[in-house]
Order: sequence, then structure tokens, then C-alpha cells
Amino acid sequence: MTTLPAVDSSFIDVPEVAPRKLARKASGVDRVFELTASAIGATVLLITGGIGAFLAWQSVPTLEHYGWSFFTESAWQPEADSLGIGAVLVGTLSVAAVAMAIAFPLAVLTALFISEYAPANLKATLISLVDLMAAVPSIIYGMWGYFLVMPHAAAFALWLQQNFGWIPIFQVDSDPNAAVWDVSRYVGSAFCAGIAVAMMVLPMSCAVMRQVFSQTPPGEKEAALALGSTRWGMVRTVVIPFGRGGIIGGTMLGLGRALGETIAVLLIISPDFVIKPRLLEVGTNTVSALIAGRFGDASAAQLSALLTAGFVLFVITLIVNTLAAIIVNRSRSGAGTDA
Amino acid sequence: MATQAPERTRATFLPVSDPDAPPQHPRPGLGKPTSEESFTLVGTWVAALAMAWLVTQRLLPLGGWAWLVVAWLALGILFTVVIGFMTGRRVDVVDRVAGAVITSGALVVGAALVSTVAFVIFRGWEPLLHANFFIDDMSGVGPRDPFDRGGIAHAIVGSAIQLGIAIAVTLPLGIATAVFMTEVGGRLAGVVRTIVEAMTALPSIVAGLFIYTVLIVAVGFPRSGFAAAMALSVMMLPIIARAADVVLRVVPGGLREASLALGASRWSTVWHVVLPTARPGLATAVILGVARGVGETSPVLLTSGVASFMVTNPTDGVMNSLPLYIFKGARSPEPMDIERAFAAATVLLILVLALFVVARVVARTRTTARRPSLLRRFRRPTQQETR
Repeated sequence: MTTLPAVDSSFIDVPEVAPRKLARKASGVDRVFELTASAIGATVLLITGGIGAFLAWQSVPTLEHYGWSFFTESAWQPEADSLGIGAVLVGTLSVAAVAMAIAFPLAVLTALFISEYAPANLKATLISLVDLMAAVPSIIYGMWGYFLVMPHAAAFALWLQQNFGWIPIFQVDSDPNAAVWDVSRYVGSAFCAGIAVAMMVLPMSCAVMRQVFSQTPPGEKEAALALGSTRWGMVRTVVIPFGRGGIIGGTMLGLGRALGETIAVLLIISPDFVIKPRLLEVGTNTVSALIAGRFGDASAAQLSALLTAGFVLFVITLIVNTLAAIIVNRSRSGAGTDA
Repeated sequence: MATQAPERTRATFLPVSDPDAPPQHPRPGLGKPTSEESFTLVGTWVAALAMAWLVTQRLLPLGGWAWLVVAWLALGILFTVVIGFMTGRRVDVVDRVAGAVITSGALVVGAALVSTVAFVIFRGWEPLLHANFFIDDMSGVGPRDPFDRGGIAHAIVGSAIQLGIAIAVTLPLGIATAVFMTEVGGRLAGVVRTIVEAMTALPSIVAGLFIYTVLIVAVGFPRSGFAAAMALSVMMLPIIARAADVVLRVVPGGLREASLALGASRWSTVWHVVLPTARPGLATAVILGVARGVGETSPVLLTSGVASFMVTNPTDGVMNSLPLYIFKGARSPEPMDIERAFAAATVLLILVLALFVVARVVARTRTTARRPSLLRRFRRPTQQETR
């Protein structure tokens, strides 16, 4: 039998025990720390939020002046008091669409290759290579696109026109079977710019997708293989369904980057203010290239119009990025992904 | 495996299985390819290359190496299908085709990256051979002057000054904001996090336009290195704050709790536990943010102006920087200017690569436990350490 040691409290002189006072409120150094951190946080909030608020505030007079025609008007003629971002919005979307059409399949394939097909000892190197690709400045991709790819892209555009010219987006306002091929009609197009932009968004999308693919539970992959699946069967039935959120989210993040890309586009395109679906034809414009091209000689009213264009671009990018973040986080694979 | 049900009768039969019977089809291996598989793979692609050469260079009017590569990829996949059907089932064929498509997609991306780097170096190696390219500026150098005159020192110095100011602004602010978001918390922190995440979507050109409108047009500040640095800061601040936030959030909560349980104040917990734990990750985040900033042309294009001479005072008028120099050179009609731009692009590429390698090395030191230096071990512990 066990007996509890009995303590006779009368022998020990116990002072009156009061529970230690617990304060949730910080004091001393902590108070200073909290206040400083909050102050810095508030400052950063003011700075960053101020930019958004400033852009919105600056856009009010422009939008009041031009109304809805600001979004539909294609010309940018401040001297004639007729300006709008119809053409540049369409141009922005078409460059981004070309970029995504190229970057999306390549990003998925590369991400799958790195996570499932590459030899294990090469994986770390390949991951750093993709990260490095994301760090290459956009001006360098612009030069690559302008000096190296554009001649080939023009030749490919001619081939597309000759063979698929009946599709509206592949039409070019030029004779495809002319004896001497008019190269100048095929360069500086949304297609050429889209190739360079694709190189920029590809590593970004690929990194997100690869990260999500690599979180696939190994148990499920092994289960698929144990049931006799081939490697592709395993990828199709386990990895891709698991990573669907990452695929969509990574693509949309890339899209957000593609919409805002400036320098490579500015280097490649020939500015033109026409709404047209002909991707292969010379001449297009994007919001960011418009800003870069027109800020220098802008009057106050025109600057406000440029700021409005920038604000519209920012809002579109913001919506795309937010949707991407929501999709990545909602999906089963999203936990712990910093997209 | 081979469980053939006998003809339907009323009686129940146990499934008959013969463990020694070979599988109906050879199973696709998942490990190292056998010599036969390697031979099939190599043979397929060699045959496809030969066929592609024949088709594009001899039969069809599709000359040039670009069509050869395209035809090689297409024929390679076609041959994979044909050879796959010779040896296996449909499932195996699909598997092999998927493998071929995925691998060639990754190879295309790799080729694009290699071609970018190789092309820039190939077009710009000549000016790099002259030492003056790194120590001279372009003042008084005409576009047709030989490469032993002029250089990009002014652009390098300009980039360094602008980035230095931008880092000095964004680094403390960004990391302090991240600390505020993760360590202090509260309703305000949630708002800050939402806004900071939203502002990472700000296109860099709009950041430049903002600084241009506010600082240059409204305030009347001259176009200068300082304005460019502000534009870069506006662009980099949300990026660095957000990346640092992600890094700080993954510091294990147990470490914080252990420190607090030992009686440390929250400030010393942050300073002595959270930040040192997250140091490699923070360094990586900052370095990658800097790598993004060093190559960003559009904010600089709007705010700094172009100088062909050395400017070291950031508030004193126009100042050049590497990306801007490259951009102006690439748009120039003069072939020599273009070549100089390519050389500057090579320098920029090497700079980014160096930053990148540093980031990797810093990130890797996480696993190696560093011993305190000898001096430290013999030094008398300070009051701070004994507490």
C-alpha cells in the first residue's frame, strides 16, 4: 500500500501565496518593440496603400471626363481630346494570350519533368536553373526576342498565314504568296512580343507548379504504381489531379506578370493604336508600353490619363493575382505553398 | 494475375493462379532502363533525326535548322508510337509518348535558356576584352568609336548607387513589416498583409509612373538617381516584405514558445531566436528581391534620365544604370552601340548570376551548425548572455 507523504504545513512557514499577476499588456522593452513595429507597419501600409489610393484618385477626373469611351476608344490623341485604352487593352490581352499559349504547356511539361521524370541527382540543379531563369532580367529576354527570335518568328508567322490563314487570328494584311516576302509586315507583332514575354512568365509558373507537384503524397503515388500503373498513369491519375490548383494558380500568376511586362514588349513591338485580332501582323500596343512611350511629352491631363491606364492595368493584375492566390490556397495541395 | 474464370456453372471455383507463369505482357520498369530499353530509346531518336533530315532538307521545301528540329521532335514522337506498338500494349505506348513529350518539353525550355545566355555572350564578348570597358564612361565617345574607348563604369556605378539607396530603404522597412505581421499581429497586421500582398501585383512601370508623377512632376525634383532609387524601392518593398513574411511564418512556433517560457521578452525572442533562425531564408529573400531590382528597366526608364558620364551624386541630375544603358543601346541603329549593349547585358547577367549563387550559398548554410569563433569562446560572457 502506498501512502502519500503527508506534509504538515504548520511546520513550514509558508507565506501567503498570491498568484503571480499576469498581464497581457506589454511593458518596458516590449511596449517599445510593439509600438515601433506597429508604427513601421502603419508606415508601410500608408506608403503602399497610398500608391493604390493615389492612382485611384488620379483616375477619377479622367474617367469623369471621358466616361466609358475611355475603355472603348482606340485612338490616343490628346491634342484632339480623344483618347482611350481600347486598343492598348486588346493589345495587352493579346500579347498576354500569346505568352500564355506558349508558356503554359511548356511550364506544365517542365514542372512534370523536374518533379517526376528527372533523375534524382539532377533535380536540385534543375530547380536552381528554373529559379535562375526567373531571375534573368526582362531586358535580356527582350534582346533575345528582338535580335535572335524575331526573324524566325516572322518566318513561322508567314508559314502560319499560308497554311492557317483562314483563321482570323492568323490573317495578315499582306500577300502570303508574293514573290518577295514582305518581312516588315510580320515583325513587331503581338506574336513576336508574346514569345519574349513567355520566356519571362514560364519559370514563374513552372516554379509554382513544381512546388505543388512535389507535395503529392508519396503514398498515393506508390499506391498507383503498386496497382500496376505506368509512370504516366501515375502522373495522370495522382499527380495532376493533386496539383490542379497549382497548375491553375501558377498559370494565373504568370498571366499577372505577362500583363504588366514592359521592356521586352517595348523593345519588340511597333506601336499602333488599332483594335485588331490579327496577332501575326505588325503593330500592336500594350498599356505598359503606352506608358513608357508617352510619359515624357505628357501634359498634366495626359499624365492623369496615363495614370488611369496604369490603374486599370493594376486592377486587372490585382484581380488575376488574387484569384490565383485563392485557387492555390483552396486546392488540396495549397497548404504551405507561397505562390 | 492469371485468374481465368472457368465456364459458368453453378459450382463455385477457387480462382486458379500460377505464381510461376510469366506475366502476359512485359511490365514497364520504373527503375533504371534495361539495355534493351535504352537501345530502343536511342534508336528511335537517331532514326527520327535521320528521317527529319531527309524530309526537311531533301524532300520538302522546309530548309533551315529550325524546321529540322521541329521535324525531329514530331517524328521522334511518331516513331516512339510505332516502336511502342511493336513491343507493348496501348498503355505502354501512351506511357512512352508521355515520357517523350514531357522530356522534350523540358529540353525545349532548357534550350531556350541556354540560347539566351549563349546569344548574349556571343554578341557581346568583344568589348568585354578591353579593360577600359569596365573603368571608363561613355563621355565624349561616339557611336562609331572602337571598343578600346569608352566603357560602362558610369552605368555600373549608377546601378550600384540606385540599388544601394533602394536596399537601404526597403531592407529595414520590409523586414520590420514582416516582423510586425508575424510577431505582433492583430487586426492592423491583417490589413497590412492584405495591402502588401495586393501591391506585389503593381506592375513595375506603374511604380515608375507614380514616382514620376509625384516626385518629378508635382514636387519638381530633378530626374536623378534618387528618384530612380525611390521607384525601385516602391517596386521592391512589397516583394521583400512578402517574401520575408513567408520566411518568418515558417519559423517553428516551439522555438518562440521556448524562448518566452525561459522568460525572454518578446523583443529579445524576435532578436535572438526568430531572426537568427530565419536568417538564411531572409538573406535569400532579400538577394532575390535585389536581383529582381537590378534588372528592372521600366521604373528607371521613367525616373533617372540617361547620362553618358559618371555621376556619383544621386540627387544631382540624370544618372545612368545598367538596364537603361542596355535598353538605349539595343534601340540604337548603330551596330557598335548594339554590341556594347550586349556586352553590358553580359555584365548584368553575370551580376545576377553572382547574386543568385550567393543566395544559394547563404540558403545552404542552414544545415551546418556553426561553432562560435575562438575569440568568442574565450571572451567573458556579457551580461546579456548570462541572463
